[in-house]
Amino acid sequence: MSSLSLVPQLLLIAWMLPLASFVFIFLTGSFLDRRGRASGFIATAAIAGSFLLSVVAAALWFGYYPLDSNHQASSHPIRPLSGDWYTLAEFGSIKLALGYYIDALTLAMYVMVSFIATLIHIYSFGYMHEELHEVNDPQVILGDGTTLRRPGRFARFFQYLSLFGFSMLGLVIANNLLMTFVFWELVGICSYFLIGFYVERSSATSAGNKAFIVNRVGDFGMVLGLAALLTSCGTLHFDHYQTTNGAHYAGLFSYAKAIQHPASELEPAEGSRSEDSQSNPETPPVTLSGPKGLTYGLLVLAGLALLCGCLGKSAQFPLHVWLPDAMEGPTPVSALIHAATMVAAGVYLVGRIYPLLTPEVLIVVAVIGTITLFMAATIALTATDIKKVLAYSTISQLGYMMLGLGTGGWVAGLFHLFTHAFFKALLFLGSGSVIHACGTNEMPQMGGLLRKMPWTAITMLIGCLAIAGAGIPLWAGFSGYHSKDAILAQVYLFHTTNRFLGWIYYLALVSAALTAFYMFRLWFLTFIGQPRNEHIFGHAHESPKSMTVPLVVLAFFAVVAGWSVPGTHWSLSALLEQARVTPLLENSQVPLFGNVVIPHEHESHEAQIHQLVSLEAFTAGILGFAIAVVFYGARWLDPAKVCQRFFGLYRFLLNKWYFDELYSRLFVRPVTWVASVAAWIDRAVIDWTVDHAAVAVRSLAHLDDWLDRILVDGAVNRLAAAIYGMGEWFRQWQTGRIRNYILWIVVGLVSLFILGSIYFGLGMHLVVGAS
Amino acid sequence: MFSPITPAHYLFVGIVLFVTGMICLLTKRNIIAILIGVELILNAANINFIAFSSPVLFPKRVPPLVLDGQIFVLFVMILAAAEAAVALAIALHFYSRFGTVDVDQGDELKG
Repeated sequence: MSSLSLVPQLLLIAWMLPLASFVFIFLTGSFLDRRGRASGFIATAAIAGSFLLSVVAAALWFGYYPLDSNHQASSHPIRPLSGDWYTLAEFGSIKLALGYYIDALTLAMYVMVSFIATLIHIYSFGYMHEELHEVNDPQVILGDGTTLRRPGRFARFFQYLSLFGFSMLGLVIANNLLMTFVFWELVGICSYFLIGFYVERSSATSAGNKAFIVNRVGDFGMVLGLAALLTSCGTLHFDHYQTTNGAHYAGLFSYAKAIQHPASELEPAEGSRSEDSQSNPETPPVTLSGPKGLTYGLLVLAGLALLCGCLGKSAQFPLHVWLPDAMEGPTPVSALIHAATMVAAGVYLVGRIYPLLTPEVLIVVAVIGTITLFMAATIALTATDIKKVLAYSTISQLGYMMLGLGTGGWVAGLFHLFTHAFFKALLFLGSGSVIHACGTNEMPQMGGLLRKMPWTAITMLIGCLAIAGAGIPLWAGFSGYHSKDAILAQVYLFHTTNRFLGWIYYLALVSAALTAFYMFRLWFLTFIGQPRNEHIFGHAHESPKSMTVPLVVLAFFAVVAGWSVPGTHWSLSALLEQARVTPLLENSQVPLFGNVVIPHEHESHEAQIHQLVSLEAFTAGILGFAIAVVFYGARWLDPAKVCQRFFGLYRFLLNKWYFDELYSRLFVRPVTWVASVAAWIDRAVIDWTVDHAAVAVRSLAHLDDWLDRILVDGAVNRLAAAIYGMGEWFRQWQTGRIRNYILWIVVGLVSLFILGSIYFGLGMHLVVGAS
Repeated sequence: MFSPITPAHYLFVGIVLFVTGMICLLTKRNIIAILIGVELILNAANINFIAFSSPVLFPKRVPPLVLDGQIFVLFVMILAAAEAAVALAIALHFYSRFGTVDVDQGDELKG
């Protein structure tokens, strides 16, 4: 295990590098801004370092666990590396820790995320160069009619990019759901910062808010799921773990296994995966800890609740509304969110917690994925903003991933996540290049840019081909061809076993055609035909090297990501196959839905299924491409006339299925209404009460003050005055003349004698009697 | 026709002396005159001592004549001489302080 023991340490450093960069830029940002691009170099170096370390870690891992055609027969049983780096707290079996859970999926995500993030960092040098000096933002009109001038925020941009990279890497490597959740939220807050990067634009801030709030809705469900699992299992760790007092406890995956096979309850966790007795013979038996409250029904509920979070993060129906608005951020951010970080997190988490998902949950995943992919594809047909088209295509492609995962195609869904990361990053960076050249997002203002910016145009064409799944059937194609066919094959298999869900397959096929159509519509509108705006066309130019080089690199991967290394069986899908987890109750009857069967993924690799699906998908893609050519390439038909013909449908799509309006009516308006009622109550009742109480207290205080002055002060002053007057009166007797004093002494003595003689006689009788 | 001299006669003389001295004290502003008044009052007291030591007042006493009162008078005379010396010293200081012997000028303790 010596080479493997390095892997967690390498990944820890790879994870911490972007954090270090974030902290450094955060502390010295204003200083770095004066030094030009220094902050960009720091952030890029950090993420590039992460990439290199990830590659080394992956090399160590796959050196130890080579990809055999049948990994079960491998010399070492494959076992994910799991452990804790830092323990925050322990309460019995509950352990809150930052730890690692490393398998082929983790490593592949690390390499992919850091690689794409590195390219996007490099690209941002070119794209964000305006932020190096003072920026004039024409979209912000100030009160006096001028536009806003503000200092550039180059350092801040790279600071957030670094934090974003750190958060995503933390999310990927987490070995317990709590840590996942923490980084999940960090990813959310980073997207909030970056979508609202142009804080002075109200559209940007409201888009940031929307993204954040919609994600909160999903995260609410996720917290419920965490609570359900924590209370029933007493742990949130995926794999079994050790507390500091040496006790071993089983993780969530073991509990899920125990649900499936009650007999295996006290086996070492993970069934077949945990028998690493050769390498570590003294591993004590792992006990299932915590209250034994996990039932099948609770697992379904927990799965659905966790799914809510994934739907919010991955912008799935009905929480997809934030993603198109997120286009308000700078284009590299859109690329980062869409390709590597934010939306990938939801799909990744579904893949990571796959052993916990029951078939009922998977069917929900599949149905939601289908609805999303079809809906987003139709909306993308009519969008004219180049980034909005790409945003909806992202939602649609994420729907494909969810569909693949939901129908049992773990490898297929995650494979598409990886290929999509490459070509969607490519498409977004390409669109950024176009926007950079044209200064507008509107495709009707573009056209004919192929001559002006050939590198962008060609690389984007490759991206379009990849996302459309172009390829020669049964042989090879762009990356999207491999991954999308894998998903469709799995969906086809699912539809053969579950007839009542057959519509899923047909919607997925139709959406494949729609994908091809809207992507080529985008390409034709942007790069082909006559320039529709001479002014913009005249100013357009090819982007600088820092922007085109990442495009070319990404285009290369968009082509080859689906291929296997020539002469070997090493490919991305084989690599993911190594980490494949089987869903619960695969190929068996499901308790809650009597006749649902989640098919085994290997069955979809059968030749006859693959050929059939491949040909159908190819036909669909060609069809979409042909329609795009008819409308936008050769212009045999005028799209405007068709829109007029089907105006109702066109308007329906143009308004994005009225989701924003629906949510506005359903949620936003009731909430604002409740808020206004609450505000009224606040003003009319609470403020009134408080105000009047204050008035009453004030009058009471006035009364008190009056009493104080008249009675208390009066009494004291009167007493003092009386004593003063007395002193004045006595003063006149203090004449200082000795004769006066003597006189009063005499008067006093004589008075005493007279009084004494009256009362006591004072011995006068002696004198008188004697005489 | 002449009744014998009784303590009442002595006391009468003492009263006359005392009142004379007191009037002197109260009416004179000259410090020396006040001293003289004081001496008169002292002598009035001396006569009272003599009067009250008269054997007429103590008929059953054995022996009937004792000289207690006369001895007290001798002490008082000596004390009066000492007092006069002190008082004259005060008068001298008063004069050097105020440049006069009028006691009404020394009213610094007026309230």
